[in-house]
Amino acid sequence: MVSRVVVGAHYGLRDWLIQRVTAAVMALFSVSLAVYLFLHPGYEAWSDLFSRGPVRIFALLFLFCLYYHAWIGVRDIAMDYIKPVWLRLLLHVLVILTLIAYAIWSVQILWRR
Amino acid sequence: MKFRIYRYNPETDASPRMQDYVLDISSGMLLDALLLIKQQDDSLSLRKSCREGVCGSDAMNINGRNGLACITPLSSLKEPVELRPLPGLPVIRDLIVDMTQFFKQYHSIKPYLVNNDPPPETERLQSPKQRGHLNGLYECILCGCCTTACPSFWWNPDKFVGPAGLLQAYRFIADTRDQATVARLDDLEDPYRLFRCHTIMNCVDVCPKELNPTEAIGHIKDMMVRRMV
Repeated sequence: MVSRVVVGAHYGLRDWLIQRVTAAVMALFSVSLAVYLFLHPGYEAWSDLFSRGPVRIFALLFLFCLYYHAWIGVRDIAMDYIKPVWLRLLLHVLVILTLIAYAIWSVQILWRR
Repeated sequence: MKFRIYRYNPETDASPRMQDYVLDISSGMLLDALLLIKQQDDSLSLRKSCREGVCGSDAMNINGRNGLACITPLSSLKEPVELRPLPGLPVIRDLIVDMTQFFKQYHSIKPYLVNNDPPPETERLQSPKQRGHLNGLYECILCGCCTTACPSFWWNPDKFVGPAGLLQAYRFIADTRDQATVARLDDLEDPYRLFRCHTIMNCVDVCPKELNPTEAIGHIKDMMVRRMV
């Protein structure tokens, strides 16, 4: 294989846009949660809040956004600093698998009885 | 005034060193001082031409910040004035860097009007408003201050177009006389060529012509979003 520099993967816009949208969702959730816990401190309020279905769904949405956001961020860092392609690919795969595992774990935590 | 200047001749020196110079000068531009230093020590190498901020030859790192020596007043500088070559490019000698990679990226965005219509009798006309969109874009002198201040270019100089190239890319995307808009956007929709820009705005901070590559890059992304959604 020749070792010429190749570019032109023709993606990036979608990820750039998703990074912005997920950031907005995360900001909305974090601020609302912080405000709620500030107004209603204590375990009772926390427990009561997360017993509600819509809150769990919002929390899960926040976590999914976090994982996608983290994926794009970590991939960008790897693209900048990890030069051997095989190592970058390996790292990408590991990060994706870890984040998927986290996502499954999040569902388990939020809907645990 | 005290100066500390980066000296390196790859043919004779094992490693770069900083050399001190003292001059009896306090007014004028930095380039004036450099030319006086060169009279003392003619082994000092630097590029210069128009000496008024139009040609972009004497871009260098001045006290840690990229700029043009010819339009940097000595009175604005803290002593000792530390001068280094532009970062991120191979040094040919002293303050002279090899700009090949910079111009390779510039050429990669096809920096010329693409229009397949037969040339009209006179000019290809634009309304004043259409022409207005090119303000803040066409003034770039390709000195390289912005691109060599960009960490994304330091890490991927062979793949990331860099702020100067992207500003010029937008200059032709914004031009109503150009017919290659789709091809230009297609070419830039790439994780390396455009999306290495993480909007840290070093380019805006250093541009000696006070242009805004970050804004131009934002406009390119806007146009990509507009055609996608």
